[in-house]
Amino acid sequence: MLNRMIDDLIVLGLAQAVVTSLLVVVVVLVSRFQRVHLERESAVAMLRGFVQVVAAGSVLLLLLQGPHWTSIFVLAAMMVVAARISARRAPGIDGAFWVSLQSIVVGSGLVIALMTLVGVIEADVTALIPVGSMVVAAAMRSNSQALDRFRAEVLAHTGQIEAALALGAEPHTTVTRYVQASIEASLISPIDSLRSLGIVWIPGLMTGMILSGTDPVYAAIYQFVVIAMILAASGLTAVPAVLLVRSHVFSAAQQLVLRPGDTAV
Amino acid sequence: MTDRNGPILSARGLSREVDGRHLVDDVSLDVDQGQIIAIVGPSGAGKSSFLRLLNRLDEPTAGTVYLEGRDYREIPATELRRRVGMLMQAPNLFPGTVADNLRFGPTQRGETLSLERIAELLDRVGLSGFADRDVGQLSGGEAQRVSLARTLANEPQVLLLDEPTSALDVDSREEVESLIIDVIRDRELTCLFVTHDAPQARRLAGHAMVMEAGCCVTTGPVEEVLRA
Repeated sequence: MLNRMIDDLIVLGLAQAVVTSLLVVVVVLVSRFQRVHLERESAVAMLRGFVQVVAAGSVLLLLLQGPHWTSIFVLAAMMVVAARISARRAPGIDGAFWVSLQSIVVGSGLVIALMTLVGVIEADVTALIPVGSMVVAAAMRSNSQALDRFRAEVLAHTGQIEAALALGAEPHTTVTRYVQASIEASLISPIDSLRSLGIVWIPGLMTGMILSGTDPVYAAIYQFVVIAMILAASGLTAVPAVLLVRSHVFSAAQQLVLRPGDTAV
Repeated sequence: MTDRNGPILSARGLSREVDGRHLVDDVSLDVDQGQIIAIVGPSGAGKSSFLRLLNRLDEPTAGTVYLEGRDYREIPATELRRRVGMLMQAPNLFPGTVADNLRFGPTQRGETLSLERIAELLDRVGLSGFADRDVGQLSGGEAQRVSLARTLANEPQVLLLDEPTSALDVDSREEVESLIIDVIRDRELTCLFVTHDAPQARRLAGHAMVMEAGCCVTTGPVEEVLRA
């Protein structure tokens, strides 16, 4: 309906953004009814997301005309920002940013580098940045979920962890089952995405490729490749993230420093 | 330096300050081999905080502890905690069977707890035949008994008890307390236990230390101290 009413492409895009934002308002209202207050967080996230994606589109327009090596800097900057955002999921854990940065660089960097080397991702700005950004975003999500789950597990099992320490266990032994749970939790979403690919959802990349004239079968196969890369990056990020962060919840003297409140008196 | 003739455990000027609050303030205490000391005082006096400092679950901000004359900061934390065992208010059992829980401590140092030893430990805490029972099926009192057996499986030189009966119902409380008295006396264990129950302190201990606002107010024979 909107596309029949509005001719100008930019104005049409803005109108579509307003309409979809109304859906988020509905979510906020439903949440409010359940006494879950998402108003401020949703408004800030929507505004921020809109400004960021429009800015990224404009920057991309410039970059697409630049040399290939610029992609490295763009992807590196994305990883730093992703690490900053992700680290906020681990309040109370010192060094969460560095843990996130190392994990995201390992997870997404390894996948992007290897896939570019073997030719799955074209060594071209037009392919490296959009596909690379999807991989970095997946690594960030995986890192956030892993840190969030690990933190929650440690806080929920303080008694058992300290009981194990009091029995002479090494710190990493006391959190083994929470490490496993966190890695599993961070991989649920990418595994489900891969499992439901083409049945529950037809991803945007494939749709875009088909609309731009690519052979639909190749577009479908390439979409599978991208989702598989996302799963790989998620796993390669979550594992180092949890293994690195576990040492940050203990002191050098092997005491649990992440606890729900002050020491009992 | 190891002093075999002196106290087995000595706290010297032990303090812990968190966000400007003195949880434990300059506490010194000598514990002789086989001595049973009750740490008494009102809620918030710093009793549990003091106990946690003794096996280094928390770090002192000043002072230290000597175990057989050796500064405990020189002893690896895993070894220190095996030698100074601690039983907490809640059993905090690990998922699995009772036997899995008993094996946990010895496994950490590469030792295997034999079936005979498991049976012996369970018999000692009145839970014969419970080895294969899932910990989810235990009552509060049974779980705390398993927790005691799990701590004893490490053969600690000093046993720290942090209000081990406070989370139990009245019947289980009496049951677990009499079991603890038996075990401590039977094994001639050196023991420090936190309680805010003066009659319990009299029943269990020969000596007592009274704490208030993080400080040690007085120490001495339990009757003398509690009468004051």
